[in-house]
Amino acid sequence: MLNHSPLWKKLMVLLIVIVGALYAMPNLYGEDPAVQISGLRGAETTTSTLDNVKSHLTEQQIEFSSIALENGQVLVRFKDTEQQLKARDSLDKVLGGDYSVALNLTPATPEWLDSIGGVPMKLGLDLRGGVSFTMEVNMNEAELKAQESMVGDFRSDLRNENIRYRGVKKEGDAVVITFRNAEDLDAAESALKKRYRDYLFADDSTQLTLTVSMTEQKLKEIREYALQQNITIIRNRVNELGVAEPLVQRQGQKNIIIELPGVQDTATAKEILNATATIEFRMLDSESDISAALNGRVPANSQLLYDRNGRPSLVKKRVMLTGDHIVDAGSSFDEYSRPQVNITLDSPGASKWSNATKINVGKPMVTVFIEYKPTDRVDSEGNTIFEKHEEIIQIATIQGRLGKNFRITGIDSQAEATNLALLLRAGALIAPIQIVEERTVGPSLGAENVELGMQAIIGGFALVFVFMLFYYRAFGVVANLALTANLVLIVGVMSLIPGATLTLPGMAGIVLTVGMAVDANVLIFERIREELREGKSVQQAIHQGYDAAFSTILDANITTLIAAIILYAVGTGPIKGFAITLSIGIITSMFTAIIGTRTVVNSVWGGKRLNKLSI
Amino acid sequence: MQLLKLKETVDFMRLRKVAMIFSILMMLAAIASLSINKLNFGLDFTGGTLIEVGFEEAASLDAIREIMDNNGFEGAVVQHYGSSKDVVIRLATQEDIKAEMLGNQVLTVLKQGTGQELNMRRIEFVGSSVGDELTEQGGLAMLTALICILVYVAFRFEWRFALGSVFALFHDVLLTLGLFSVLGLEFDLTVLAAILAVIGYSLNDTIVVSDRIRENFRKVREGGPAEIINISLTQTLSRTFITSITTLLVLFALFFQGGALIHGFATALLFGVFIGTYSSIYVASSIALVLGISREDLIPEVVEKEGEDQEMMMP
Repeated sequence: MLNHSPLWKKLMVLLIVIVGALYAMPNLYGEDPAVQISGLRGAETTTSTLDNVKSHLTEQQIEFSSIALENGQVLVRFKDTEQQLKARDSLDKVLGGDYSVALNLTPATPEWLDSIGGVPMKLGLDLRGGVSFTMEVNMNEAELKAQESMVGDFRSDLRNENIRYRGVKKEGDAVVITFRNAEDLDAAESALKKRYRDYLFADDSTQLTLTVSMTEQKLKEIREYALQQNITIIRNRVNELGVAEPLVQRQGQKNIIIELPGVQDTATAKEILNATATIEFRMLDSESDISAALNGRVPANSQLLYDRNGRPSLVKKRVMLTGDHIVDAGSSFDEYSRPQVNITLDSPGASKWSNATKINVGKPMVTVFIEYKPTDRVDSEGNTIFEKHEEIIQIATIQGRLGKNFRITGIDSQAEATNLALLLRAGALIAPIQIVEERTVGPSLGAENVELGMQAIIGGFALVFVFMLFYYRAFGVVANLALTANLVLIVGVMSLIPGATLTLPGMAGIVLTVGMAVDANVLIFERIREELREGKSVQQAIHQGYDAAFSTILDANITTLIAAIILYAVGTGPIKGFAITLSIGIITSMFTAIIGTRTVVNSVWGGKRLNKLSI
Repeated sequence: MQLLKLKETVDFMRLRKVAMIFSILMMLAAIASLSINKLNFGLDFTGGTLIEVGFEEAASLDAIREIMDNNGFEGAVVQHYGSSKDVVIRLATQEDIKAEMLGNQVLTVLKQGTGQELNMRRIEFVGSSVGDELTEQGGLAMLTALICILVYVAFRFEWRFALGSVFALFHDVLLTLGLFSVLGLEFDLTVLAAILAVIGYSLNDTIVVSDRIRENFRKVREGGPAEIINISLTQTLSRTFITSITTLLVLFALFFQGGALIHGFATALLFGVFIGTYSSIYVASSIALVLGISREDLIPEVVEKEGEDQEMMMP
């Protein structure tokens, strides 16, 4: 029989539309004001933090609608923003510097929707307000530093091997070592080749030189490492900002994107992002009396410092090693599977370190973290005053004379080891970063954009709706059904895909999709009319109309999809948003306009004896 | 309801030469304008700083310019944006000033100078190297899109159609760029996105027409290529119009309700839809005709014998 859809097809269409509608639903519920509490620098948020927050809020008589521990963060929801602000200020005072207390808007999705993974669409910065930075990592600097450290490494390696050389210097991208005789050259080449497998060696026996350069692979590794390190550090600093849902992401080979929703004061944000942190290794002053120092009698060559928990220690002022000598630091486990941190130093650092530790074996060493934090105060020129903030992060005993590679053991937890490694790495940025792009959208503009976008979508939708109804009557109703289902599916799919964000151009993309999605139906309906004019029977015309239009629709949509995918590949931020909505719209519109309308048309008109069609 | 009641085949191809001359002239004009006026590239491409400020009442541009000049921000471009209360200030990248701090400085200066409460709507700073990269990437994106489409259409249809449709796309892109150049409208990233959407739209149209031409070459036994093309264009004409109308309807909604940020986008698409509809009728089909499209090119190769032919053709 012509124009009959099997039951499974009808059910499938119904199911897809229902599922789409289900996942589109969270967008209807709006958002609750909330406060988000997360730990800084290793401080963990646990159930005890949760209890603390809860009892504090009850004590202060601040009403909250719910409180929960989610993904290592305490999330408190409020009925209105007044309570939210009150809670933020009050909690900030109580919890102090170890926790960041951020204002947030949390989706007010009902629990049952939440439990099936229903979340509202993520809004881009142009719709919710906030600031985005693009930072570029200076890769030349990273390569330069690596080459400089090559020079130092070769010198100490040759010295250790007792190979005599005339000089080691950097020439262009390579390092040139000159020798007195050919034997030294050969010996050096074989020794260095064994040690550095990813370098390229070229010897010149007449000039008695050995030219060493890095392979493209090694250079790539260096660049990759510089980028990763910067991302880690920036992530850490962004957490300090106390922003809800920040985004730190790499873009391409050398750029990092930072998105801070809701942030208006970009000056502070920039200062924190550009702030410097360093590490110093010093000796513990165990000879002097700590209680005397606490009473104000601090020895002249020592200093009273505190650790994270406020425990004081007397630390010698002389710095044995600064963090800029640290090339790499990572956490792992020792032979008893206890957490440890492995540290690698550069050559000058290694010799300094070796001399300094030689005379201090068996004595406690202190790792001090130094940070410049912006304060509320401003100097006469309007610049924020930074405060030097020193903190003890670790005290360990020196077990022996330490060299280029050493480790710190006796660390309590894996989390602390990871964190210490991160802080140690933060002490030495290999490659400086620079802001190359910055976009700030004020909250009023964001809200206005949402409003305008919605108006355009509703306006465009209504116009097309009315037009189709007038032009195709009963079939117009079918097309409008498909159009509505399409809109619901776009929203549902956008909410489901984790990486998809709705932006203003994205909303324009939805509007455009609404206008273009009816094209498939127009093609089919015009074809049906044509077939009817040629004298075909109603059922024949419907059948032919759908059949003949199908390949045309497919070709036309695939080519548009090609354009959209390319747009996604090259575009950034808002443009990506446009490409995403356009692509999703193309795919969902094919489904609703072809399969969806066919099912409806078949159910209503299919298989019946008809002489006329309302088209 | 029906907009067009066409009883007879419209002889579109009769006007082919006129249309071709018209297209060539327009393209020359676009190229001339692009080389003389250039494109008014937006911040995304040039780099620099843009600050949009909302005032409580209508703002005087002269007063703002004076404040800017007096505070060492010479050469700032000050314009109204969307309404008389909103003002956009553009500053070129300067060597001696840290560009990323510029936005906040300007805001403070304006606050002091006007004595009004200001509402920071947006600040954008783009480094000059970013702009260069973008121009390169944008151009590359368009080129890649055109090539991919060329390959797809050649694979699905025939090389003559592929060349015709890609040339039509090139024609549409060039004329839209020309319009932006002639009117001096700002060309930013959203406009680039719109142009790629124009490529998509125009292609849609061209494919629908090409598809019908292919079908008719197989179905209609009499008439030369020109006549077949005329028949196909006539048959698809009402669809072309209706889709253009629905698309234009939503674009008008976007143009009037989408706000100032989306104006460039809507303008590019509005123009693109007009030109895309025209080009799929005249440019793409004319070129396929000039390149000598014929019945033999579109009939599947296996069908060589007359007898079998018939059956394949009429399912």
